[in-house]
Amino acid sequence: MKLKRTLLATSVLTVATAGIVGAESHGGMADSMTLVSWGGAYQSSQHNAYVEPYLAANPGVSAIWDESSNEAVAKLRAMNEAGNVTWDLVDVVASDAMRLCDEGLAMEIDPEADLAAAPDGTSAEDDFGDLLVNDCFIPQIVYSTTFGYRTDLVGDTPPTDICAVFDLENYPGKRSLEKRPINNMEWALLCDGVAKEEVYNVLETDEGQAQALAKLDTIKDQVVWWSAGADTPQLLADGEVIMGSTYNGRLFSLIEEQDQPVAMLWDAQVFDLDGWIIPAGLPADRLARVKDFLKFATDTQRLADQAKYISYGPARASSAPLVGKHAELGIEMAPHMPTDPANAKNTFLYNYEFWADYRDDLDAKFQTWLAK
Amino acid sequence: MSDATTADTAKNPSRPEAVLAADGTPLKKSLNRALRRQKIRALMLIAPLLLFVLISFVAPIGDMLFRSVENQIVSETLPRTVVALKEWDEASGEPPSEQVYQALYRDMFISVERKEHTRVGQRLNYETTGISSLFRKSGRKMDDIAEPYEDLILDVDKGWKTPERWATLYDSAGTSLPAFTSAYEAFVETMTEDGKDPATTKPWEMFYSELYDDIATGDAAGYNGPLSAELAAVTNAVQGFAAPSFADAFTEIEEDWADHEVWGTIKVYAPRFTPGYFLTSIDMQLGPDGIEAQPEEKQIYITLFKRTLIMSLVITGSCILLGYPVAWLLANLPMRVSNLLMILVLLPFWTSLLVRTSAWKVLLQQQGVINDLLVWIGLISDEGRLVMINNATGTIIAMTHILLPFMILPLYSVMQTIPPTYLRAAKSLGATNWTAFWRVYFPQSVPGIGAGSILVFILSIGYYITPEIVGGTKGVFISNRIAYHISSSLNWGLAAALGSILLAVVLLLYWAYDKIVGIDNVKLG
Repeated sequence: MKLKRTLLATSVLTVATAGIVGAESHGGMADSMTLVSWGGAYQSSQHNAYVEPYLAANPGVSAIWDESSNEAVAKLRAMNEAGNVTWDLVDVVASDAMRLCDEGLAMEIDPEADLAAAPDGTSAEDDFGDLLVNDCFIPQIVYSTTFGYRTDLVGDTPPTDICAVFDLENYPGKRSLEKRPINNMEWALLCDGVAKEEVYNVLETDEGQAQALAKLDTIKDQVVWWSAGADTPQLLADGEVIMGSTYNGRLFSLIEEQDQPVAMLWDAQVFDLDGWIIPAGLPADRLARVKDFLKFATDTQRLADQAKYISYGPARASSAPLVGKHAELGIEMAPHMPTDPANAKNTFLYNYEFWADYRDDLDAKFQTWLAK
Repeated sequence: MSDATTADTAKNPSRPEAVLAADGTPLKKSLNRALRRQKIRALMLIAPLLLFVLISFVAPIGDMLFRSVENQIVSETLPRTVVALKEWDEASGEPPSEQVYQALYRDMFISVERKEHTRVGQRLNYETTGISSLFRKSGRKMDDIAEPYEDLILDVDKGWKTPERWATLYDSAGTSLPAFTSAYEAFVETMTEDGKDPATTKPWEMFYSELYDDIATGDAAGYNGPLSAELAAVTNAVQGFAAPSFADAFTEIEEDWADHEVWGTIKVYAPRFTPGYFLTSIDMQLGPDGIEAQPEEKQIYITLFKRTLIMSLVITGSCILLGYPVAWLLANLPMRVSNLLMILVLLPFWTSLLVRTSAWKVLLQQQGVINDLLVWIGLISDEGRLVMINNATGTIIAMTHILLPFMILPLYSVMQTIPPTYLRAAKSLGATNWTAFWRVYFPQSVPGIGAGSILVFILSIGYYITPEIVGGTKGVFISNRIAYHISSSLNWGLAAALGSILLAVVLLLYWAYDKIVGIDNVKLG
């Protein structure tokens, strides 16, 4: 009992002292922050583009990375229930940000106050434009889910059309698709004669869902289903599949960094966003630090810098002209961006509202269909 | 001990109870005390572990499993609506009455301020697709519903904009303004939680509609405190005001609010505890007309449970077949050779699970090592490469390999205790090799098979990562769905229900095993 009390007193004292020291040295800001991201090349692009410069400009501040983004929603919910949120800034895809916002686990932000304006004075709200899809979400990059194909295994006429995926006659061989309904259902409908703007209206109905699954049925035997972003690049490199969907950055490194005989099929690429959320309920000093970092990390130059390390498009309009060459390979990055006009001739924007509603229902149907 | 007692009794035949310990206390008492002390010491020694297990294992698992029936969120977020809906009959096919919509408005307004409405929307979306966005979109429009009342009252007197006035009104309302009082109390609670001062924070738009309601129902007539004159002015204005209908206001925001199916879902999932998650786990659902089967295109869990059980049995079986000879060799070869063999068994056991699973991918895939070899030998053609991964075969091969040590080690430790002389004795009495093995050796190794099987079966039934990587579509287990619901869909209630069923199945099988084979026959060493 006595020991417990002593321990408690000591820890309270320590916390209080730390708080006072922190307040004195950094104007009320905590001197360490925990950032959550995906690990791998993407996380290092963030580290190089804005975490390192920020730490250099703010000596005495430290940043800790936690590679938990793929479980961020579940972990954040668990932390929130335990009343001890240890994360300060979390990198998630937009649909997860939406769920976190819906659950009250992410803090709403005010783009005008919390984000930096563009160098030409355009407000942050206009600079991000439509990409601010949710009140809690600060987008960093636009990435796309698209197909790569083996140039040596597809014959003399390389595919240019998304429907090549469903064309077993001209492109025989296995293809890899993600083991979830999102994107696959849309592509199936597009190749089953549904107009692009009608896709989600059709997908809302039971008949439309059956139609999409029926189209997928035609290639089901030839599909390898992936669940990790690294699967398709590996399958392509091994020649297990002749084409497969994955994130465009993964294909970039397969083609440019690992020099594999693979090319991009940009047609009907699905744009999606990745960005930051601030967990709800941070103490004032940590919140102040994280807001300070966030303003810096999402400004025009920093987002453009990130494109030096990875082929994802910056989420700010004003960053696009500043995108330069790859930091190591020295090649121009602009033509590898999903947002480049040559690549973005036919694109598809992920419908967040639709999937927030239909995800559970369609997933149950999709998994049942898979298990058949 | 007994000698001493007898001797003692012999000395004092009249008072046998007077056996004393060295310190003079009765021996029995002293012995008891010593034993108790020993027990307490033993308990203290295991206390850290016991507490650790209770706090870090039993309590969280219990809490998690409890979620499979928990459903307080609906009645806590929409308390008024849930009560008002009791009167409504889903079978009528009609949307509910105006009172229900008014109750919904009150609940929604408060939960939007508390940022809880989207949570309940998500909960209900598990049951009826579309409710999530219905709640999210409607949440933004609650101020619009309050607007006519706000305009009405502010047109009379701009003074109602100030927080002080509402605070004064609340302080002297007594029971005369029930609707407003209830709203203001929710306001104070929310502000206190947010660390704001209700006396200086911008009042909720809801106050206007609630004050209007109190005036319109005549309750406000009983009010006699300060601000009576101001209230009278508002009462005057209310006379000629045609209040818009809440039902219309909601249907204008989202048509689905007129859909009786949405209301049916809210009503069915209003109770604090629900069997809904368990029903979903067995491909049933809780509809307005009671329990019914899921539509066929959504029936998946029974299939997965069956598959998990069957494949776990197959894996256990192949572990026995492969493990038994290895364990026999380990137990019977000379020490030097068997030690080397033991290292070969243990080495993969110490290697990372992910590495071993990924290695199987390289070996088994169509352009993989085994297929290449078979094509090179000419056993199969290049077009006819075998599909050995991303299906049930892949899962069985990889999991058998991974779980094999769990079979070999208990088998080995049991076989080591079987004296080789028994076999020799059997043979010298005329048994053939087979009879000697089957009638003498094998029965003695059964406890090892039992222990190994239980270990392998229970481990494989809850396996997740290997089926996920090599299982494709036909080789995934129920645990993959549990993981999906925990980390992706966030439907923890369903995950908990699936987990509880899995736990129950394991306990049931364990019980059956105990009945048939007897758990005393299990030996781990």
